Amino acid sequence: MGEFKVHRVRFFDYMPSGIRALAFNRDIERIAVARMDGSVEVFHCSDRFFQEKIIPGREQCGIEGLSWVGERLFSAGLNGGITEYDLTNQKVKYTVDAYGGPIWTIAGNQQGTHLAVGCEDGTVKLFEVNEDKIQFERNLDRQKSRIISLSWHPSGSKIAAGMMDMIQIFNVETGHSVHRLLADRGVGTSRSKECVVWSVVYLSDGTIISGDSVGMVKLWDDQTGTLIKSHNVTKCDVLALSVSQNEDSLVAGTSEGTVVQFQFISMVLGKDDKEWVRTRTFKNHTHDIRAVAEITTAVVSGGMDAQLVVRPLLDKVEVRSAASALRKIHFPHRRLVSCARKSGLMLFQYPGHLELWRLGESEGKGEDDIHLFVKRNPEKLLHLKVKGEDHIRCSAVSPCGEWIVYSTASSLRLYRLHCDNNNVSITKVLQISTELSANQLCFSSDSSHLFSASTQSSVHLVSLSQSGCKFVGTLKPKSGERTIGIRESSKIIPASEDGKWLASANSDHEVHIYNLQTRKAHCTVPVYSSAVTAMGIHPTTNCLFMMYADQQMCEYSIEQKQYTDWSRMVQRKGLHRFWMERDTPCLNVMFNPQHPSHVILHDTYMLCIIDQSLPLPDDKTQFYNQLTLKSLPEEQRKSHSHAFKVCKTFKDILCVELMSDQSLVVVERPLEDVASQLPAPIKQKKFAT
Amino acid sequence: MVETSDIRVVRCGGSKVNLTPPIISSDSRFVLCTSGDLVKVYSTRTEEWLHSLQGHTNQVTGITLNPANHLQVYSCSVDGTVKLWDFIDGILIKTFVIGCPLFAIYVSEKHTGVLFLHVSMATDSKNECFQLVSVHLPKSAEQEVEAKEMSAVSSHISKNPSCTAFGRGSVSETCMSMVIFISFFSLCSFSLKATDKKGAKNAFTCIACHPTDDCIATGHEDGKIRLWRNFIHKKEYTYSTQHWHHNAVNTLCFTPEGTHLLSGGIESVLVQWQYGADNRKEFLPRLGGSILHISASSDGQLFCTSHSDNKITVIESSFKVCGVIQGLVKGDAVLTDLMIDPRSKALVLNGKPGHLQFYSLLRDKHLYNLDIVQQEYIYEAGLDQFEVVKAAFDIKGSWLATVEERGKKSSDLEFFLKLWAFDERTQSFVLNTTITAAHTDRIISMCFSSSEETTMLVTAAEDSQFKAWCQGADADTQQDQNFWSCDFVGSYHKLNPTNCSFSADSSLLAVSFQEVITIWSPDTWEMLTTLCQPPGVIRDLCFGRLSCSKYLLGTTTKNLLCCWNLLTCELEWSTSVDVSKLQPDPFSENVAAFSYQSKHTDLFVFKPSEPRPLFTNKNVCSEKVHRAVFVPREEPLNSCDESTQWLNRSQLYFLTQNMDLLTFSTATEEDRMLSSSKQLVIDDSVAVTPFYLLLGKHRQQQQKLNTQSHPVSDKPQQTQGSVTIKELLHTPAHVLPAASVLCSMFVNSFLISNTGETLQEEMDSEKEEEDSEEEMEACDSQQELRAQGSVDEVTPKLSKAQERELKRVRKTDFSWMAGLIDSKP
Repeated sequence: MGEFKVHRVRFFDYMPSGIRALAFNRDIERIAVARMDGSVEVFHCSDRFFQEKIIPGREQCGIEGLSWVGERLFSAGLNGGITEYDLTNQKVKYTVDAYGGPIWTIAGNQQGTHLAVGCEDGTVKLFEVNEDKIQFERNLDRQKSRIISLSWHPSGSKIAAGMMDMIQIFNVETGHSVHRLLADRGVGTSRSKECVVWSVVYLSDGTIISGDSVGMVKLWDDQTGTLIKSHNVTKCDVLALSVSQNEDSLVAGTSEGTVVQFQFISMVLGKDDKEWVRTRTFKNHTHDIRAVAEITTAVVSGGMDAQLVVRPLLDKVEVRSAASALRKIHFPHRRLVSCARKSGLMLFQYPGHLELWRLGESEGKGEDDIHLFVKRNPEKLLHLKVKGEDHIRCSAVSPCGEWIVYSTASSLRLYRLHCDNNNVSITKVLQISTELSANQLCFSSDSSHLFSASTQSSVHLVSLSQSGCKFVGTLKPKSGERTIGIRESSKIIPASEDGKWLASANSDHEVHIYNLQTRKAHCTVPVYSSAVTAMGIHPTTNCLFMMYADQQMCEYSIEQKQYTDWSRMVQRKGLHRFWMERDTPCLNVMFNPQHPSHVILHDTYMLCIIDQSLPLPDDKTQFYNQLTLKSLPEEQRKSHSHAFKVCKTFKDILCVELMSDQSLVVVERPLEDVASQLPAPIKQKKFAT
Repeated sequence: MVETSDIRVVRCGGSKVNLTPPIISSDSRFVLCTSGDLVKVYSTRTEEWLHSLQGHTNQVTGITLNPANHLQVYSCSVDGTVKLWDFIDGILIKTFVIGCPLFAIYVSEKHTGVLFLHVSMATDSKNECFQLVSVHLPKSAEQEVEAKEMSAVSSHISKNPSCTAFGRGSVSETCMSMVIFISFFSLCSFSLKATDKKGAKNAFTCIACHPTDDCIATGHEDGKIRLWRNFIHKKEYTYSTQHWHHNAVNTLCFTPEGTHLLSGGIESVLVQWQYGADNRKEFLPRLGGSILHISASSDGQLFCTSHSDNKITVIESSFKVCGVIQGLVKGDAVLTDLMIDPRSKALVLNGKPGHLQFYSLLRDKHLYNLDIVQQEYIYEAGLDQFEVVKAAFDIKGSWLATVEERGKKSSDLEFFLKLWAFDERTQSFVLNTTITAAHTDRIISMCFSSSEETTMLVTAAEDSQFKAWCQGADADTQQDQNFWSCDFVGSYHKLNPTNCSFSADSSLLAVSFQEVITIWSPDTWEMLTTLCQPPGVIRDLCFGRLSCSKYLLGTTTKNLLCCWNLLTCELEWSTSVDVSKLQPDPFSENVAAFSYQSKHTDLFVFKPSEPRPLFTNKNVCSEKVHRAVFVPREEPLNSCDESTQWLNRSQLYFLTQNMDLLTFSTATEEDRMLSSSKQLVIDDSVAVTPFYLLLGKHRQQQQKLNTQSHPVSDKPQQTQGSVTIKELLHTPAHVLPAASVLCSMFVNSFLISNTGETLQEEMDSEKEEEDSEEEMEACDSQQELRAQGSVDEVTPKLSKAQERELKRVRKTDFSWMAGLIDSKP
């Protein structure tokens, strides 16, 4: 199936940032994730948890809470500001200072009219949500200690606030405290150690559930202000609580890395007197769980170990399928690495800087067939720090290796790289302000043009030459039919090899194809229900090959403006079960010029070559059949082989790129390395150790 | 010789008391447990064995309280019957014949008159396939009823009875290897699977139902406990997991209120989980063997755990052990001989690891353990730990010699010879001497000299030496205490000794070296003679007793039983029989020989003087017999029958390879037992305490006096009173009840009252009426609650005048009143 020389790159020290907050929006089935570095990501829950949007963070921007109000997303952080995000353009819309010191928590009411934030100075501040902005309304009674957690009663008339050693219930109308629930400090702990109420949940029947630093989940009655029941969940802290929509299931995340589920069950079957009973315990994390979200069919949890775990609740799932499997999301669903195919350079994107590396070279012969001797070690050429506080959103290096471009939320910067022997220098060529900041950057294959995907599904064209660069124009989709409505910003833009075609996908699942010669929109690929995760234009046939988040694949002929026969055959016959059950999206589509029928794909766990000339496997055939094929004699191999060749040699892949010298670059980031760089988890006694 | 039918082999105690969960009577005063083919009733307060329910002809496999009458108990047995007992009186009320072997019994409060039984489904015993059936008990007045109305509830259930539990309402679950099966009778059935991961050892081991909530607790092989809830909604069942046990959970039990869950496993720690607050738990550690069953009394005040070392522990709800009922401890193997402690007449054998147990055969009760090894025993497989392999008593019971050994499998053998002196003050054995290197190789045989004056121990070991040990002979130790030291070392042609034995008067010592028997004089340590009868290594050696003391008996590995006359030093007789155990009776000339042939063991009893056996019993049991002992009787029988005469002075007990302790009993003995047991069952509501015996005797006497209408009754009353006084005075003060209780009885005993007698008579007649009524009721199986302790109730005393008045009123004819009523419209 073709042999490749592989550069196995493990020097990309990418560290995913810990998860600080989660917010689930039931109506649009999106879950928003706030990380420690201030970035906010939006995952689509019903589309296999595809990471639709990433809003990069800033320096000194610790997000403490996230809240959806309708389809608007707000966050609040220790810098004391409330931020609303522009989800269509994937950037911060505005920030309002609450003037109460650091904000620990933010909560929106179910009616979507108000936001409440809990501040360091002990106030709960109410903000009215207007159509375009939020407006400070008033303070509730000021308390002596900081407000750690907040929860609205579903009716919007009361707020429960968790503080040090107590929970206050406020009447929203009067702003006065109705009840004060005292959470006792744990038995056996020192008196001086305060009990922090990390999380509260206010149920519609008037029950308040709190999780505190003593390790208790306590149930209170808001009428009498008394403790109904307490469950000792852990010896450490209970950091997060989340209740399901119909209030029959509650999950609590602890600093031991366990998620404990409580269910509201009738103790005697067939009767109505229900009780909260502790049921299952999930242990998928090694570190503190800082945020949990009970979405109807699954429990989503995230914590200091930077992984987002989706644990399905099988009793709520109708049909067991690949979509309802346990899912752990470690890496972003987009590329952080770009390769200069012709010059052997790699650009690594970190939140605050870029690194340019030159790949190593080998003698071409090794001691065995598998490993080659390295003649020249890979070397780091450049360390480019970002100007300003914003983190990098996207970056690219041109195929010739002469141009480097990156974009933050505020600006786009283009650099020219001068590289004579060991002397590396760069010069800034272009700086474009906010308007042109890109969501995705791409160079044409001859490095003559830079394409920058921008807001409203438009793509900006910049022509590059030795003398300088010039903004050429903007490609916009045909928008004649749609007059109103903001288009989603474009995301993925591959350009064809011959420089004639350009395709761009946006998060509305639309894929537009532009003719670069006429600089006009050529056509639009029929919209599919799932998001496009990767695409590529075939260099010879000019077919657009698209991978979707639900693991489907399509091939669309640009010239004929229709799906190709092969694509139709795939749709008709269906893909193999094993292929559909993979749980990470494909991140790159490449073509091998020497074998035009080959398509190279990769996701986090595997590398796959699809041979379009071979028959497709059906559910009965063996999917991973390389070993069996090896054992078979030559003449039988043909009858047993099928289109999918899967290579699982590499794990935790961030990027695979086919270089122009027919060698593959595989960038790995082993999870063990990530885990080893995390801080030590809470020490737990294990039996027999 | 004709096999006589009036001697039969009986299983005498020592049977497993831990086979099924013990049950506690509803008033928490009795513990019932199965023991062989008996159901034994113990008192919870005194741990005393009160009586046993005798009647099944095979292993009793299950007992349960009758939910309709808590004074009755159902028992089921492999013999295919279910019996209903009044367990306080020990009366068999009814027998239901089911007709197939039964393995467990359950009742449900919602289903009166229905029993649930485990029956074997497969016809061949190889396929272990069990079925839960419900049996409708027919209502009939007869004693023995056939119950044929069976309906299967579920099939393919586990053999282990702890895998089935009945809960609130009509829920029944049984679980097999992987599936719980819940069936609401005639409503729905539903199965749960607990296999989510491959390779996880989460097979179910036991199950329990919450008494009030719909919650099922299951124990798993990996030590987890899961609480299942919400299981009628399909798929929406949920469970919580708790983990403390590091090995399989053997048993689970909810307390009757459902506030706690008790669990036990091999760790022998009773764990109490608080229901609802799951990680709050209490522990009761170091209970002995691994916990097999837990049961709770209906008021929740007492728990019972049964352990693998044949023990039942009674535990208060405050988690304090308040009683231990210890059966005969059965370890993996009995390495020592069966011995009789000459002082306590208790049977002595291996008990707990590293211990010797003293077991009273008469009362079928474990007396105490003597720690020989004095090292902590670690409950873990594969460890080589010290074990007691030999023990011997001297004739007076003042010395005990033990050998403990380690390293049987490995080459480096380690063993100690220990000598224990009986301490009169503490009434127990105290370690006197430890000899670390008594021999260079394993000790094969050990015996004390049987003379009264000097005690001497002879050990024979594989280092081809035998040594004689004497007390106090060592001059080096200038101490008051007399330690044991070696007196003589003997050997014979470097041959390995196989056996040693003293003659009855200790004037001769016989030591066998392979095929040669050497006779030594212990006084001079001079070898007197050698006897040899090849072929075959000598296996067993013993001298005759009493009139036959001139004979020496020996068995060889080549199936030869030889008898030598020591006076002539010639072979008197020999016969070809494969003797596995030769046991002389110390109180008669008789010798018992067990011979194992073609898968069954035969017993021959003979006198050495004549080669003709006195008694033969073919097919005593199907296993090989290695250990046997003659136990002296407390009072000799005077049976004249020739075949039973050998059992007159002592009783023969033997231990099979299955660790069943069996004995021979004669017809006369059984008669006597039966009569005595009837005597015992007089009072039903008082536990057998010393005070009870005192009162009981007193009452018996009174009754005797009352019922006897002979002139004996006019015995002077003075004596009766003095008897009471004597009893009062002779009873230790600490067991006497409060003086206020005794006072009335005490005063009564001095009264000379005629009315008392008549009153008593009336009461008796009343009682009789009541009794007959009771029986009728019982036959009707109406199972009404009997007024408990009616006999004991103090009837209000009436003055003489009042009584007369009452009698007069009663005798008056009121028939005129009836007429009056009739005449009125």
